[in-house]
Amino acid sequence: MAKVTTLKDAIAEFVHDGDLVAAEGFSHLVPFAAGHEIIRQQRRDLTLVRLSADLICDQMIGMGCVRKLVFSWAGNPGLGLLHRFRDAVEKGWPVPLELEEHNHAGLTVAFTAGAARLPFGILRGYTETDLVNHTSGVRAIECPFTGEKIAAVRAVNPDVAIIHAQRADTQGNVQLWGIIGIQKEAVLAAKTAIVTVEEICDRLEPVANSVILPSWVLAAVVHAPRGALPSYAHGYYTRDNDFYREWDSIARDRDRFKEWMAQNVLQCVPA
Amino acid sequence: MNHAAEYTPDEIMTIAAARKFRDRATCFVGVGLPSIAACLARQLHAPDIVLVYESGAIGARPAKPPLSIADEELAETADFIVSVPEIFSYWLQGGRIDIGFLGAAQIDRFANLNSTVIGRYDSPKVRMPGAGGAPQITTGAREIVVVLRQTTRSFVSELDFLTTARCKGPTTVITDLGILETHPATAELTLTSRHPGIDVDQIREATAWPLKVSDSLRETDPPTDLELSTLRELQ
Repeated sequence: MAKVTTLKDAIAEFVHDGDLVAAEGFSHLVPFAAGHEIIRQQRRDLTLVRLSADLICDQMIGMGCVRKLVFSWAGNPGLGLLHRFRDAVEKGWPVPLELEEHNHAGLTVAFTAGAARLPFGILRGYTETDLVNHTSGVRAIECPFTGEKIAAVRAVNPDVAIIHAQRADTQGNVQLWGIIGIQKEAVLAAKTAIVTVEEICDRLEPVANSVILPSWVLAAVVHAPRGALPSYAHGYYTRDNDFYREWDSIARDRDRFKEWMAQNVLQCVPA
Repeated sequence: MNHAAEYTPDEIMTIAAARKFRDRATCFVGVGLPSIAACLARQLHAPDIVLVYESGAIGARPAKPPLSIADEELAETADFIVSVPEIFSYWLQGGRIDIGFLGAAQIDRFANLNSTVIGRYDSPKVRMPGAGGAPQITTGAREIVVVLRQTTRSFVSELDFLTTARCKGPTTVITDLGILETHPATAELTLTSRHPGIDVDQIREATAWPLKVSDSLRETDPPTDLELSTLRELQ
């Protein structure tokens, strides 16, 4: 059974220095509130796993929480490059960033294999590219039935998965819908899972296309309204596209970035 | 009305890309120029196109090009939504996509793509976003359209990094100068169309390898009034 708790307590109890942390949400339901609490609690040496490494990764990397990033795309969606990520990769600021780089389909099968507790996932393609020379987790294998060469990707099993969802009930059962991304797989691949939600209700009403994560696969459920901003929560609020545009200039400069984080993250106490 | 000087190089590139969307085709599109071209095509000649986004939105009908591949409008207008594992395994790898639209920072003469780094991987001059869904798109889609501006920095003899291996099916590359297509026998990119007012030497100079030119080189139809006005309303 998940405990329904505060963000501060959930991060303090379940996210530790050096952990392998998956933060998922494919441009929708991005767990910003939880990422900000990790920054406030100054976690260090995390290995962060995320398919689309976007602004939340840029913020955690720029604040020195991340030693290694496992990812398949890193950018400001539709707008360009991530400046804090670039600064860490190109200049080692504030700390050097190790990369384990995949493509989306490759990291996806690593999560699905992880959720199924299998050693690896398989897919076509991949092995013809330069990525395999820079990622230890990909090998070519032969199909035992046809002899076809396919790529095997080592499963990922995070210490903790963090996602944001629309709602939970008072028992800690979670419901999310809309663009559902790879959150279910990230949660089931992980040893523990924290879910922040927009609201906690007495019971979960059925919604088309919704994913249910039962309380008994989760460690903690946290009420964190607007916890996905500046991304969006389908049915609750829309994406703050202006902020994504503004981030480009905030993150470009180290001092402006630190000042913004101090004012908008470090000095904010969550509800 | 003469449009020779009345459209920008990016506009004819986007319009030429929009013309590649066949009505009722299933098209895998990313954000940026491919998504603008997709919206343009849907409003003009391809109203029943099936737009597929890697966020899992299938059959989306955005009125305006979305900023991200998972914008709420894509979810709200989609025929249905699937998870990320499903979009890559059942729909892309499963061979359900007719055409994939891609961008890139560098392309070589066989239409392999780089979107990872400029310079060396371990000490990059510019660290770019990386692969995303592109390698699975060239692996799974029947046909690929790549859209990028043509200069010797983007049309290179050797990629700094091979992010996305070429599609086994036909590939069309649409630039601000002309249109290149892979040769059916050699798979080498061949210039098949030049945009109005652009001469072949100019395109050769913007290509870092000795560019093959088709014997039946065409001139791209200039943008029509309707294409231009519709595109400008979208932006």
